[in-house]
Amino acid sequence: MIDLEFAINTLSLGSLYALLALGLVLVYGILKLVNFAYGEYIMIAGYGMYFAATVLHFPWWVMMLLGVLAAVVTSYLTELAAFRPVRTKSANALIVTSFAVSIFLQNAVMILVSPRARAVPLPGFMSQTVSIAGATTPVRNLMVIGTTAVLLVVLSVLMKRTVLGMAMRAAADNFITTRLMGVPANLVISTAFIISGFLAGVASIFWIGRSASVDPLTGAAPLLIAFIAVVMGGMHSPTGAVVGGFVYGLLFNVLSITLPASMISYRDAFMFVIVVLFLLFRPEGIVRGGYTEERVG
Amino acid sequence: MTMPMLSVENLQASYGVVRALHGVSLEVDEGELVALLGVNGAGKSTTLKSIMGVLRPVKGTITFMGADITNKTPEYIVKKGISLVPEGREIFGQLTVQENLRLGAFASYDRERYKADLKEVFELFPILEQRLHQPGGLLSGGEQQMLAIARALMSHPKLLMLDEPSLGLSPAMTDQIFALIKRLREMGSTILLVEQNAERALEIVDRAYLLANGEVEFSGDVEELRRKIDIASVYFGDEDPSSCEVQS
Repeated sequence: MIDLEFAINTLSLGSLYALLALGLVLVYGILKLVNFAYGEYIMIAGYGMYFAATVLHFPWWVMMLLGVLAAVVTSYLTELAAFRPVRTKSANALIVTSFAVSIFLQNAVMILVSPRARAVPLPGFMSQTVSIAGATTPVRNLMVIGTTAVLLVVLSVLMKRTVLGMAMRAAADNFITTRLMGVPANLVISTAFIISGFLAGVASIFWIGRSASVDPLTGAAPLLIAFIAVVMGGMHSPTGAVVGGFVYGLLFNVLSITLPASMISYRDAFMFVIVVLFLLFRPEGIVRGGYTEERVG
Repeated sequence: MTMPMLSVENLQASYGVVRALHGVSLEVDEGELVALLGVNGAGKSTTLKSIMGVLRPVKGTITFMGADITNKTPEYIVKKGISLVPEGREIFGQLTVQENLRLGAFASYDRERYKADLKEVFELFPILEQRLHQPGGLLSGGEQQMLAIARALMSHPKLLMLDEPSLGLSPAMTDQIFALIKRLREMGSTILLVEQNAERALEIVDRAYLLANGEVEFSGDVEELRRKIDIASVYFGDEDPSSCEVQS
């Protein structure tokens, strides 16, 4: 029988990783850009929460809203100021730009705030533990599972039922033909960045909730996780990203309990070995692209 | 003197350093069915892409309904009233037939009109109604071509441009598509048709342009073209005589 505590831990970790991966893949699907500045949206959301709470003394829920808003605005502004001007150039130009944006934002925060970590006062109830059927878990873990479930449902309904959602799916399939329908390229791309920023902001609440602090390099680790999850799950669909996130969470937790204590610090190395195996034997990820990519003509 | 609906003047376009069009000029009047003929690589698709704003011309002007549309975005040009059925159909394979049609109406959506349009589309293409909720990628080639044409019609284009609609289709399906184009024309549509299958195209069009190596070689009415295309096929050494054969 699966241990309930293990199940909750895996689900919560998987949920967080799924959010991270989804935000990365939404932009990739449309622009074919792996946005290396994505981690910075998470970092900026952390600083947004820090300022909202310690400088402006807002209550915790306003703090969270402002954190998410900071990530959304940053994501949108980077699209507008950095990615849009080079969009028509080349894929390489885009990816180099994303590195530039990442370095720029990290250094801007170092100069304007501090290179040292800042404490983010998340509400105490998130760290309190509750018992469910004998399993003990922090409230935070249940919150991330619930939040992710709601977001995934809302997002998939929006993508299926709204015209903008249809246009987003069409653009991920065939961008030029989507424009031939009269769908403005800027509308679709901006929307992708806004949703990506939103997911980064929400993920940031839970990412930063674990350490309760933020520093200029906070974004590096979640970016790497999102990237690995996407590699394992599949780059060609949001479903792939979500599957990859949960698979990552599961593998990580399995490694955590099966590795002997002396090996636990090599957990990441084992994770990377698994990623290398994926790249060797299943480079397209667990969820393959749709039939359109296989269709000829 | 009335202005032509579409007028292309001295259009030059290139892919990187490769020049694809060396000054193409053509006109389409309202209500006309005009063909753009030529062998592979003659510049037919490039011309359509340039008109549509997918490809930025190096030089030349494109005027549509009296307005300069050179260097405008595809989304602007769709709103102006031109719709392109791209080469290879390019339907959205992951989206259902209905979603494909709904996106076709993106540029000028009106709830009531959309419903009426769907009915009309189902009359023209009964198969699409049966497949309404299937992903477009599961349709056969001919069905996909019908969907691509239906999708383009959803925006009520003043000018419909078709890029090789018969490509890769069975002879029977090709007959159906050509009959449809003829019918659309009879219903009052203005159509610019790109075809390699010159003989079939000449059966239904009013006028045609013959493109070769990025330039207009000949233009004129069908009878003139029939005579000249025969010379051209000899001149250019067309390997497939059936597509250029003169019928008397």
